[in-house]
Amino acid sequence: MTVPVSWYLMLAAALFAIGTIGALTRRNGISIFLSIEVMLNAANLTLIAYSRQLDSHTGQVVVFFVLAVAAAEAAVGLALFIAVFRQRHTIDLNRINLLRW
Amino acid sequence: MELLVFLIFAFLAVAASLVVVAHKNPVYSTMALVVTLFAVAVLFVLLGAPFIGVLQVLIYTGAIVVLFLFVIMLLNIGREESQLAGHKAQFFTAIFGSVLFGGLVILALSSVRMGAQSDGPSLALVSLKGLATTLFTEYLLPFEIIGLLLLVAVIGATVAARRPPQGEGSVHPQKEEAQP
Amino acid sequence: MNVDVLVTVVKAVVVLVLLLQVAPIMIWVERRGSAFMQDRPGPNRLGPFGLFQGLADAVKFLFKEDVTPALADKPLYLAAPVLALLPAFTTSVVLPWGPNFHWGDKDYRFIIADADTGVLLFLALASLGVYSLVMAGYASNNKFSLLGSIRASAQLISYELAMTVSVLAVVIPVNSFNLGDVVEYQRTHVWNFLPQFLGFLVFSVAAFAETNRLPFDLPEAESELIAGFHTEYSAMRFAAFFMAEYTSMAALSALGVTLYFGGWSLPWINYEGLGWIGVAIGLGTLLAKVAVCMFIFVWVRWTFPRFRYDQLMRLGWKFLLPVAILNLIAVAAMTLAGWL
Repeated sequence: MTVPVSWYLMLAAALFAIGTIGALTRRNGISIFLSIEVMLNAANLTLIAYSRQLDSHTGQVVVFFVLAVAAAEAAVGLALFIAVFRQRHTIDLNRINLLRW
Repeated sequence: MELLVFLIFAFLAVAASLVVVAHKNPVYSTMALVVTLFAVAVLFVLLGAPFIGVLQVLIYTGAIVVLFLFVIMLLNIGREESQLAGHKAQFFTAIFGSVLFGGLVILALSSVRMGAQSDGPSLALVSLKGLATTLFTEYLLPFEIIGLLLLVAVIGATVAARRPPQGEGSVHPQKEEAQP
Repeated sequence: MNVDVLVTVVKAVVVLVLLLQVAPIMIWVERRGSAFMQDRPGPNRLGPFGLFQGLADAVKFLFKEDVTPALADKPLYLAAPVLALLPAFTTSVVLPWGPNFHWGDKDYRFIIADADTGVLLFLALASLGVYSLVMAGYASNNKFSLLGSIRASAQLISYELAMTVSVLAVVIPVNSFNLGDVVEYQRTHVWNFLPQFLGFLVFSVAAFAETNRLPFDLPEAESELIAGFHTEYSAMRFAAFFMAEYTSMAALSALGVTLYFGGWSLPWINYEGLGWIGVAIGLGTLLAKVAVCMFIFVWVRWTFPRFRYDQLMRLGWKFLLPVAILNLIAVAAMTLAGWL
């Protein structure tokens, strides 16, 4: 039996929700980043599922671009973490709050 | 057969992403992320995108997550000290998460014609040549721009993670006073 | 459908059995070969020419005490040796081990996973090898292990890039990522190491770095880091790392031979007419070429001094990667001009 595309979409929705909950609840900067990666993957899965549904390559091409952008974002984000860590010696986001009112 | 593979890897993806989100130790979270990414890559292959699945393993798990691990080990990030968040915050986040999930599911189901696809993915969809043709004809401009974006990211990451030059942005001002 | 599954299982079993023989044979080759190069006898007490030394080593590993450090991170510590074996064995599913054969009423290729994405799958699975190193070093709760594993993973991801670019250069004239097609291309044209000699050099250097073999074995250097990332592993777990290293050497040699030296094919033999004998000849040819490569691995190990870590990183990024890209551009230009 072929798996219906809607099942893939529901799985992607579940992964996205899990990632969002993680990004909103964690205090550790790196853990938030990992949750964001989970969300990105859920979005990729949705794109590929629709590409299969509509029998078009566009979804796959966009996922290709999303992979590249995620790599760039991870590199720059982690570089920023390192820079912040050098100054503050912590990445607990509750303590990096100098600009908060 | 396809159903069995889907169920196994879907369950694996959800379980591993729960570990990513919930585990206190960031190294375990990262390893669980590797498992999630691998499971999602298998699902990509099931959906008729083998090239993207292989790229996901090659780029995401082969390079990006290794970068995460490096940073975690170099900064020696330990387990989180206290509770993740207050009970009230967790409750509202759970509600928000469930609403989000429900909304996405409704959106998904309303846009897809119900009923299984009759065959597997079409041969044109799976073929690497078809994907390459689309990528290099219709999407050539975004492709070049992505190249530029990666260059900018490399330069930016190198500059952002650099040690500040001597005498600038010093973390220990008392050390400077100690020098005559 | 049933026959297809049966044929795939038979192919997988044959390849698995072949790969499992690599480690014991290499133990003997390494010890006798290194002894020969250092003008000393080497193991010569157990059996003729010390041939049973491997067996004795295996028995020793089985009966040695399994020491686990008290503060080690148990799940990661136990998982690391198992994960080391994963890339070593799974990468061999995309390699062509012999010519096409006929079974039942269909022609089959001697590739276990005959996918469009061929060599990319090899590179993807090989890139998973970083994790066992990282986990071993981190979980051992030992400064030297951590240092060794960080160096090893940085080395692996740097040289992976140069290797990928040189592999891409091979793929361009063939028009396909599938390694079976690469071998077919080399049967009709000249072997790839002649027009792509630069790429071959880059690939060989990167292969040494990918398997943590001298001159790139700083991650497990005895004089610097005790034993690097596998310091805290004893008995069977150490044997697992050992076996994974030799098997990944064999798989990478097989890839190099397939990409640059024609794989299982010899130019003057007509394999289609010989049926099963042809398959045996093809498999034997590939194994002979891989054996030559493995001997070169051992030869280089006992000839060259070790690279310092900064020299290693500089070589990978500032020399190999630009040379590989140059090679890629040159091959693309030659293909466009119709020479390849």
